[in-house]
Amino acid sequence: MADGRGQVRRRLGLRLWLSAGWLTLLLLAALLAPWISPKDPLAQDLFLARLPPFWMDGTEPGYWLGTDSLGRDVLSRILHGARVAMTVALVAGTLTCVIGAALGLLAGFLRGWVDMVISRLIDIWMAFPPVLFSILLIAVIGPGLGAIILAIVVIDWTRFARVVRAEAMAQGAMDYVASAQVAGRGRTGTMLVEVLPNVLPLIVVLLTLEMGIAVIVEAILSFVNLSISTDDPTWGGMIAEGRTSVHQAWWVLVFPLITLFLTVLSFSQLGEGLKDRFDPVLR
Amino acid sequence: MQLFRAVILRLLTTAVTLSGVAVIVFVVIRVVPGNPIAMMLPPGATDEDVARLTALYGLDKSIFRQFLIWAGGVLQGDFGTSITTRQPVLGLVLGRLPATLELSVMALVIATVIGGFAALTGTRLRGTRSEAAIDVANGMALSVPDFLWGLVLILLFGVLWPVFHISGRVTPSIDLPFTTNFYLIESLVRLRPDLWWDIVSHMLLPALALAIPLAAIIGQVLKQSLKETMHLDYVTLSRTKGYSETHVITREALPNAVLPALTLVGVQFTFLIGGTVIIERLFSYEGLGNMAIDAVINRDLPLIQGIVILFAVIFTGVNLIVDLAYAALNPRLRHG
Repeated sequence: MADGRGQVRRRLGLRLWLSAGWLTLLLLAALLAPWISPKDPLAQDLFLARLPPFWMDGTEPGYWLGTDSLGRDVLSRILHGARVAMTVALVAGTLTCVIGAALGLLAGFLRGWVDMVISRLIDIWMAFPPVLFSILLIAVIGPGLGAIILAIVVIDWTRFARVVRAEAMAQGAMDYVASAQVAGRGRTGTMLVEVLPNVLPLIVVLLTLEMGIAVIVEAILSFVNLSISTDDPTWGGMIAEGRTSVHQAWWVLVFPLITLFLTVLSFSQLGEGLKDRFDPVLR
Repeated sequence: MQLFRAVILRLLTTAVTLSGVAVIVFVVIRVVPGNPIAMMLPPGATDEDVARLTALYGLDKSIFRQFLIWAGGVLQGDFGTSITTRQPVLGLVLGRLPATLELSVMALVIATVIGGFAALTGTRLRGTRSEAAIDVANGMALSVPDFLWGLVLILLFGVLWPVFHISGRVTPSIDLPFTTNFYLIESLVRLRPDLWWDIVSHMLLPALALAIPLAAIIGQVLKQSLKETMHLDYVTLSRTKGYSETHVITREALPNAVLPALTLVGVQFTFLIGGTVIIERLFSYEGLGNMAIDAVINRDLPLIQGIVILFAVIFTGVNLIVDLAYAALNPRLRHG
């Protein structure tokens, strides 16, 4: 049994490191994109359209992962696309987390009418198809990076609120909360000083998962052509373009797809790994 | 009696939720920039034309009045007229609903089969490397959303090894003799295997994309539930009676392990239906979701409203059915 547990921990460790490694790489790519991109991501050249990746015949030097139907360099566009993806992941993820967790904590710990109102809102939100809701919101707010972030926050706060509410309710019923109140802490004090630290590991796990979701939402919105301006390279925009020319130039779809796939997988594996780390049974 | 009261209470909350959805959608889409009336008229239309059309669609009244008129109509089954196609919204939406329902149910069936199989195999092979492999595959299926699985499937089975169709609901050149929009069901009823296969080969990839994450969840929850059941005394007893391990798992443990998985599958099924919006877009499948995205792009307010309300009705309806089924199947709740 002890052996098995050791194996589980090693596997978790590897998974955690690989995910963290890939995400660090992406973050660096996002920060350094203008300096490390081999080509200008927006430069079009119809004479160089649909060049295949470097190991195939008929390539041009410098275009490592080929070009799209307008002759734009795929690798440079992926590197620049990382900027939008990482910004959305970090900013939208954090904002959603703070707002959703705060509402969940209030509902779960204070109960009463606060809980009534927030729970009803969650019910209503859960009755919306999220993708349609986000597309609708972008149509209302207009395109742009800020709009995407706002749409993600408006739609996804319930993910945090639901889980944190349930956890805060469970924590609120525990003896240590009653003891804190007997010891003279006020309700707000108990909530922030006693309950919040115990819910925090859960919030961190949810935050990691949400970052992955935010990247996907951005990609979906770019895919339906409602994300930021069409000039800026985004992974979703590249995928949409690649989808239409998949029979002529598969690499335009494959490379951004692999990047997006690994990114989403990494965020979620990071979250799962952290969850296991925080789980006292496994530790 | 207690169950009856619980059901009434549940119906009331559902009504509150649906009203909330109606209000939010109505308010949100009134803020949409871009005048849909201006988009409908040919260039060179006079101000008078614009005013007449605005009045025709009731867009000249206050938001509150507009809502009352619309809500009153909805309660009588009148969802207004689509701005782009100038046809009644209800007819348009109901015309597309069968496509989305068939796709969702097909995905649910696939997910249940794969997930159930994974859970049973994982339980049967517990402690082996195969179980670990199933767990890893499960984890991956769970981490990646339907949108990405759809793209992966397009590449694998549409391009690399083109065995299935990757766009549309049926080959356009085929003349369909159908009277309903339930193509899949009607092709079966009419005993037309050729049509049935054409439709299935269009639906399989989008359905699979929707099914993969749900299959992983079913696999995970059912396996956990089986694991707990396998420790119970009656299972041990049936094992000492000499039944095979497979018999013990499928006949003794499974019936009791299914219930906890059921509630979760219900909630997850609504997520799956929500996922059809982007999956239908990805596979150019002519369902509700695809129509919804077009409606948003065309600023077709009445149509957007109708589709969102219909989705909300489906979501709350599925949740309601699952809750009632759970209550009916669980003896502790039935007699509690």
